[in-house]
Amino acid sequence: MSKYVAKRILMSALTLFVIIFVLFVLIRIMPGNPFPVERMSAELILQKRAELGLDKPILIQFADYMSMLLQGSFGNGTSLYNGAPIKPIMFACLENSFKVGVLSILFGTTIGLGLGIVAALNRGKFLDGLCTVVSILGVCIPSYVFMIFLQYFFAYKIPFFPYFFDPSQFLFSSIMPSLSLSLFSISTVARFTRNEMIEVMNSDYVKLAEAKGLYGFELLRRHVLRNALIPIVTVIAPLVVDLVTGAMVIEKIYGINGAGSLMVNAIAGDGVDYNYVLALGIVFSALYIAVMLALDILYGIIDPRIRLATKEG
Amino acid sequence: MGISMNEKIILSVENLDITFRTNAGNVHAIRGVNFDLPAGKTLALVGESGSGKSVTMKAVAGLLDDNATINSGKIFYRQADGNVIDLLTLSKKNLRRTINGQQIAMIFQDPMTSLDPTMRIGEQIAETILLHKKISTSDANKRAVELLQLVGLNEPEKRVKNYPHQLSGGQRQRVVIAIALSCEPKILICDEPTTALDVTIQARILDLIQDLQAKMGLSVIFITHDLGVVARVADFVKVMYAGKIIEAGTVDEIFFDPRHPYTWGLLSAMPDLETNDDRLYSIPGSPPNLLHEPKGDAFAARNQFAMKIDEREEPPMFQISETHFAATWLLHPDAPKVEMPAQLRERLARARKAANLQ
Repeated sequence: MSKYVAKRILMSALTLFVIIFVLFVLIRIMPGNPFPVERMSAELILQKRAELGLDKPILIQFADYMSMLLQGSFGNGTSLYNGAPIKPIMFACLENSFKVGVLSILFGTTIGLGLGIVAALNRGKFLDGLCTVVSILGVCIPSYVFMIFLQYFFAYKIPFFPYFFDPSQFLFSSIMPSLSLSLFSISTVARFTRNEMIEVMNSDYVKLAEAKGLYGFELLRRHVLRNALIPIVTVIAPLVVDLVTGAMVIEKIYGINGAGSLMVNAIAGDGVDYNYVLALGIVFSALYIAVMLALDILYGIIDPRIRLATKEG
Repeated sequence: MGISMNEKIILSVENLDITFRTNAGNVHAIRGVNFDLPAGKTLALVGESGSGKSVTMKAVAGLLDDNATINSGKIFYRQADGNVIDLLTLSKKNLRRTINGQQIAMIFQDPMTSLDPTMRIGEQIAETILLHKKISTSDANKRAVELLQLVGLNEPEKRVKNYPHQLSGGQRQRVVIAIALSCEPKILICDEPTTALDVTIQARILDLIQDLQAKMGLSVIFITHDLGVVARVADFVKVMYAGKIIEAGTVDEIFFDPRHPYTWGLLSAMPDLETNDDRLYSIPGSPPNLLHEPKGDAFAARNQFAMKIDEREEPPMFQISETHFAATWLLHPDAPKVEMPAQLRERLARARKAANLQ
């Protein structure tokens, strides 16, 4: 198992390095630059570029950036545009996004698993149909439409939830955006869980377990859930990342000062803020890779075939 | 008939009738099946795929799929204390708690898929014991090691910690047998236990089952389409076709004096190394689709000896000896005398000679 984990971690580090390189090069060769061209003279821009080292060959710039990154600083640590420090601003925004994201992951997996299990246990009956309808709706309705719908009914018509995000009552005001964000994952996880459960419940080993005398919850707990979970973990992984990065529109609608809006502003402002975009890109990628790593390890824990195959190989 | 009359009968199926609801319509899979299982004996249910042999045994074990309806019938089981209960009247919970694993155990066809891939095999064996017996976990684990030894797995102390994917097909089937026997059941149902294994392993698994049967006094039901297996293990044989038993007898009666044309066909379809004929016989046509109720004798369309009455009316069971029955109009006193195919007769004579020599 430890060899398996070490291998995964090494792979993850390598992946992150490649991503940083691609991001770095892409941003540099993209049209647009960090300076407001209309308001600065050509000489001033040249001078600024030299000052920031942007006139050096791209690989040298990358090497410089990497060495700064390894010392824990995103480039020179400030915005190229207005000199605002990156870390405090970014981490404050990330914290908001992250909290909402984690809450929606919780919603997505628990509600999704719950619906899927209920549907599978009532296969072909009314509850199964209901769960299927819910999950089809969930896939079809975009999360921001659902967000507006929630705002209209539960903040405006019935003023129960706050209309906008309020950091002072974080948990309460995060419920609506988290729920709308997790709509897609709820549906996907529910459909997947249902199908996996039904497949496992029809498997020979569950028949054998019944022939042994297991039934009801004990049968589910000991033989069905664990086996059904293996493929479900696979769909949850990319969903988790979608939740964290896909929140931009919701953040705008609900007035959350999050990482999504920060990213949009860094790109769509007067000039492309290389340092901010890169820093956010790196953090998002690292997050994605960390989630994948965690799930790979989780796989190993759930499924002995994976764990032992790597031990032998 | 009936179990109450004969103390030697441990299981008696009476008039079992089962329908499956499918998208295409209702499939009348079991159309009145009767049989008795004498205690300590081996009964073989033989027939093609779809003849209803597995469904019958799933009904006995209470493992029918949700879309099955039992229209009528009784499955009597004689408990150790002599009381007779109808298994079909028990609730699912009650059945699992008191019968499955403890009284009636089952071995499935494909050992590659019948063990939980995420659980150590020792745990899978101990689980059954813990479920039915008041015993500590460590004692159950010890018992698991003993059971693996009993079914002939070497290094059982190491094996209990293995996962199923670390064992071969034959080893896994031994584990399945260990699970089945873990609570000393009275009846062991073997659903084609050797079909998925290669031939050398097949023989060893059959030997193992027979050996354990003798040691533990088990009553065994074998579901198979392999007549070679039947000849090797069975005391009694029931031949099933289209959801009915069409011939029943002792193993000698079925092999040396078969009366139903379908049984003739099955026996002729066994590979035979002793003739020069290099073509393997197969019964023409395919079994009837039970979505539609067959009219007359269900086998008539494939039967070269079919008569007019076969298309109109279903044959009753004709009694040939005390233990031998067959459902074919050929046994009616008014029927023309029809003999089994000459080639088969020669073959059976040869087999009988070989058997007497042994």
